[in-house]
Amino acid sequence: MSPSIVLLLIVALAVLAFQVGKARAIAVVGGHREVRNLHSLPGHYGLLTAMWCAIPALFVFVAWVAFQDNVLTRLVTAQLAEGQQPIPAAQMSLMLNDLRNVVAGSLPASSVTEPVRLAAAEFVRLKRIAGFSLAGVALGAGILALLWVRARIRPDLRARNEYERLVEWALFACSAVAVLTTVGIVLSIVFEAGRFFSIVPFTEFFFGTNWSPQMAIRADQIGSSGAFGAVPLFVGTLLISLVAMVVAVPLGLFSAIYLAEYAAPKLRRVVKPLLEVLAGVPTVVYGFFAVTTIGPMLRTIGESMGLTVAGESALAAGLVMGIMIIPFVSSLADDMITAVPQSLRDGAYALGATRSETIRQVVLRAALPGIVGGILLAVSRAIGETMIVVMAAGLAANMTFNPLEAVTTVTVQIVTLLVGDQEFDSPKTLAAFALGLMLFLVTLLLNVIALYVVRKYREQYE
Amino acid sequence: MSDKAVPPVREGIRTIGQVTVPEPVFACRDVNVHYGDKHAIKDVNIDIGRAEVLAMIGPSGCGKSTFLRCLNRMNDTIESARVTGLIALDGQDIHDKRRDVVQLRARVGMVFQKPNPFPKSIYENVAYGPRIHGLAADRGELDEIVNVSLRRAGLWEEVKDRLNNPGTSLSGGQQQRLCIARAIAVNPDVILMDEPCSALDPIATARIEDLIDELRESYAICIVTHSMQQAARVSQRTAYFHLGDLIEVGETKKIFTNPQAKLTEDYITGRFG
Amino acid sequence: MNSTSNGVPRTAAETQVRVRAGLARRYRAERRFRAYGLAAVALGISFVVFLFGTVLSQGLSVLRQGYVQLDIIYDPEVIDPAGTRLPDDLAVADYQALVRAALRERFPDVEGRPALRELYGLVSSAASVELQKRVTADPGLIGQRQRVTLLADDTVDMLLKGKVSRSAPEDERRLSDAQVAWVDALRADGALQLRFNRAFFTNGDSRDPEQAGVRGAVVGSFLTLLITLLLSFPIGVGAAVYLEEFAPRNRITDIIEVNINNLAAVPSIVFGLLGLAMFISFFGMPRSAPLVGGLVLTLLTLPTVIIASRAALKAVPPSIREAALGMGASRWQTVVHHVLPLAMPGVLTGAIIGMARALGESAPLLMIGMVAFIVEVPAGALDPSTVLPVQVFLWSDLPERGFVERTSGAIIVLLLFLIVMNATAVVLRNKFEKRW
Repeated sequence: MSPSIVLLLIVALAVLAFQVGKARAIAVVGGHREVRNLHSLPGHYGLLTAMWCAIPALFVFVAWVAFQDNVLTRLVTAQLAEGQQPIPAAQMSLMLNDLRNVVAGSLPASSVTEPVRLAAAEFVRLKRIAGFSLAGVALGAGILALLWVRARIRPDLRARNEYERLVEWALFACSAVAVLTTVGIVLSIVFEAGRFFSIVPFTEFFFGTNWSPQMAIRADQIGSSGAFGAVPLFVGTLLISLVAMVVAVPLGLFSAIYLAEYAAPKLRRVVKPLLEVLAGVPTVVYGFFAVTTIGPMLRTIGESMGLTVAGESALAAGLVMGIMIIPFVSSLADDMITAVPQSLRDGAYALGATRSETIRQVVLRAALPGIVGGILLAVSRAIGETMIVVMAAGLAANMTFNPLEAVTTVTVQIVTLLVGDQEFDSPKTLAAFALGLMLFLVTLLLNVIALYVVRKYREQYE
Repeated sequence: MSDKAVPPVREGIRTIGQVTVPEPVFACRDVNVHYGDKHAIKDVNIDIGRAEVLAMIGPSGCGKSTFLRCLNRMNDTIESARVTGLIALDGQDIHDKRRDVVQLRARVGMVFQKPNPFPKSIYENVAYGPRIHGLAADRGELDEIVNVSLRRAGLWEEVKDRLNNPGTSLSGGQQQRLCIARAIAVNPDVILMDEPCSALDPIATARIEDLIDELRESYAICIVTHSMQQAARVSQRTAYFHLGDLIEVGETKKIFTNPQAKLTEDYITGRFG
Repeated sequence: MNSTSNGVPRTAAETQVRVRAGLARRYRAERRFRAYGLAAVALGISFVVFLFGTVLSQGLSVLRQGYVQLDIIYDPEVIDPAGTRLPDDLAVADYQALVRAALRERFPDVEGRPALRELYGLVSSAASVELQKRVTADPGLIGQRQRVTLLADDTVDMLLKGKVSRSAPEDERRLSDAQVAWVDALRADGALQLRFNRAFFTNGDSRDPEQAGVRGAVVGSFLTLLITLLLSFPIGVGAAVYLEEFAPRNRITDIIEVNINNLAAVPSIVFGLLGLAMFISFFGMPRSAPLVGGLVLTLLTLPTVIIASRAALKAVPPSIREAALGMGASRWQTVVHHVLPLAMPGVLTGAIIGMARALGESAPLLMIGMVAFIVEVPAGALDPSTVLPVQVFLWSDLPERGFVERTSGAIIVLLLFLIVMNATAVVLRNKFEKRW
């Protein structure tokens, strides 16, 4: 029985529970004519019953589905190992991989070894049993809860209040998801990064200048493992982000100024959304644009000036990333500029300042904290941007500040290390999490500062 | 400067009282202002004399602030505003194509309803005008201008030890005097004041009023106010506006003791306002 | 410099002289500044035009595809030598041989293995699948002769579209001189032409550019987004309602609020790491599945949906809440009956914008294995699949010239979806926007 069918059954049960609760409420007061003797509307009794019925059933369902595969795998591997000499961890994970593929149907059963085939058959059998028992347990829990509420229904049961309290808790749970996400991010990344730092020392990661993780294939090869000095990645990330900001900040700022202070409202209405189109274009499109158009173009220009530009130069990636960030900077700057009160502009105009003098010396000056906050947010965006650099930047960890050469970035390395088959205990895989932790912390820091600065700025003029 | 003769006030205007003065700084003839479809100022004719304080009074929305903003073309900054008629500064139309708005505003300073010091230091606030207009050749001259302006605005003693503090750190009354100092730092002929005391407490208001009285010797001052007592205290001439019309102009004493127009009398006696 | 420029001007007249002296310079600066602004805007707009122009000019040609017409003889000796006509036998026959025979018949004077191999290279390997389909559908064809339209190889397609330069040296283009001559001969008698490219919209991925289509990716994107919408909309709106209408102002709600704002700015790839470590590694969910993709994108879009929904709820004036509460409605009834319906256009707009963002997102999906090469179109949320932007990424990496066109074509499809979504959001906002 597939999980989606069980889910449908639970929904059906909840609908049934609604009817049961409603009917019961009407019955306890003695018919439709007497419903005004109930504390709440009959529908509230139905809703209360339905919610109490659905909550335990859904809880069982989610927990079961989340852990089912793990438990089954554990059971099957226990059988696999039975009667044989202990299987080395590496071989075990290979066998498990095969097992999963056979079960998923992406690998024909004939192509794997006998024990794996048996285990796969066992897995499928267990899964079928699990499906039925899930239906049994989840629906059973729901029915029990239904009966319990039904027994409680009396004319003086404050069904509406109880139901609304449940709703409020459900809403609270919704907003807790956001916090749980952060907790999940921190836990998963910190845990894996911790395992990485137990293999590779801090000092090598933060101060080493040699990055070649590809050599480390298995945990037992640490002696000959690759190097994990992340400094070149940090340098590369900074270089590309710097190029991007050099493009995005002046262009974004000047377009915001022009649109906010000079452009006629008609022009503004047309141009602003047009510029914002740039923000809506998916980043893969920018990546493709960088690879097929900007990269070769820069190369040709470089050649004509006698410069060698690498095919995957930091300049091309940074340039395109900058274009992507222009609308981000300009719409933030626009917000900040329009937040400057008109009275300050009037003050400058009344002294005989020209428009540009007013903008440069008064408006921008006043909006500076907000604009700096916006730029910090843009920097955090540039650092965390992935697809453009994965497609347009290099893989080799060059330590250079020359934008014409190829560099690699933190995000590129995370993707490279994690795409494809991976094992969770090799330092190569874990290194991606260490990089992810760095990325998370740095962007978090930038965001916290930026959001704080921007909020303070907004409060000032509210 | 080619002195073009300002035409005399045409016959049949509705304004009661003496609208012209000898050798005026400003001469306004048939000024109209539209905000989009709204006719905010209707055929206003008035002169503003040298070394006098002209008070403009009237109920809210009567157009007195709008008229004030015409005098240094601050209405240019409002998209929908359209100003017609002649406004002559020293006999020259301020809307003349050869006339420059930057130059005009250097001659006609303005102080606003709410103190609006720039988010800069006290010193930089006063130095801003001289800086943009290039009035000081070096730091010493700039210091001198700042010093003189702050003294004339009666603020020097209070701020001389903290010229580098932000202008926004001052109290409301001090901020407004800072704005006055900022305006007189560029040696204007005229200072426009748009309800300069409406955001201030009585003590700060009294100081500003004293200051206006002192400044009258050197500048023509045009002040919009909601307070009739203030108008009576600081001004020599008073103009009463009502729904975009200039109803009556005359010596302040006369307006307050013996108004000619019914509307003026109703306003002054507090029948509406 | 005249005399008044020495010393500080004391009078208005002196000041005016000084002001006039600086005017020209100041107005030059003004014009310069204005020009910078205009240039920045113009540059930004030209980037938009350039970007879309490049994509369109490279990708629109994907709508047409080269097809070759050949006289196929369904030779019983090749298809079914035993004469059983059993479907199993018909399915495994060497249909490629029929294509080859037809090509030899069309160009009888080609001899020698290398030359023949070049000749066979003109037709896509998809041709044999097409023939097999025809024969299985109608075994009566066997022994007959039929003019069949078959997919041409991508190199031929590129030549037809003028994307392979004829003037380039032979070893620098992927077609030999002989092949070019054959193509011209076929074209001369109308056997080779460009037609509407249906395969691009009905096929899944393929290693051969001429057979590769976006259907698999579109369906994958649809399934992923469906899960994202089903989860992030109720959770996001629920959270927004809680924070805006129910939450007491205390430490906990402050933390939730700051947390949501920060989450909105966390790089998307970090969500991919979360998905990999939590959903795949910890919970053992299947890789490459739209279910996991949808879960990751839910967490990613949740802050957007919450923030937009809160803004919409905030815009509903308090007087409406007071009116309902004054009638004796409970807080929840007030929200459900009055506030939420009024805020719905704004909430929906936010949800659509969140979905548009999710549709364009690819980095976190790389982490959870949605980059696999998958030919089949996924049928359910647990089938391995990819999504449109990841398909763009995969194709952009392939060396064949034909894939550049496919990549741009896929981008056009992606952008069309995004334009439709954003336009819906704009229309919704304009139509239902209320000012109180």
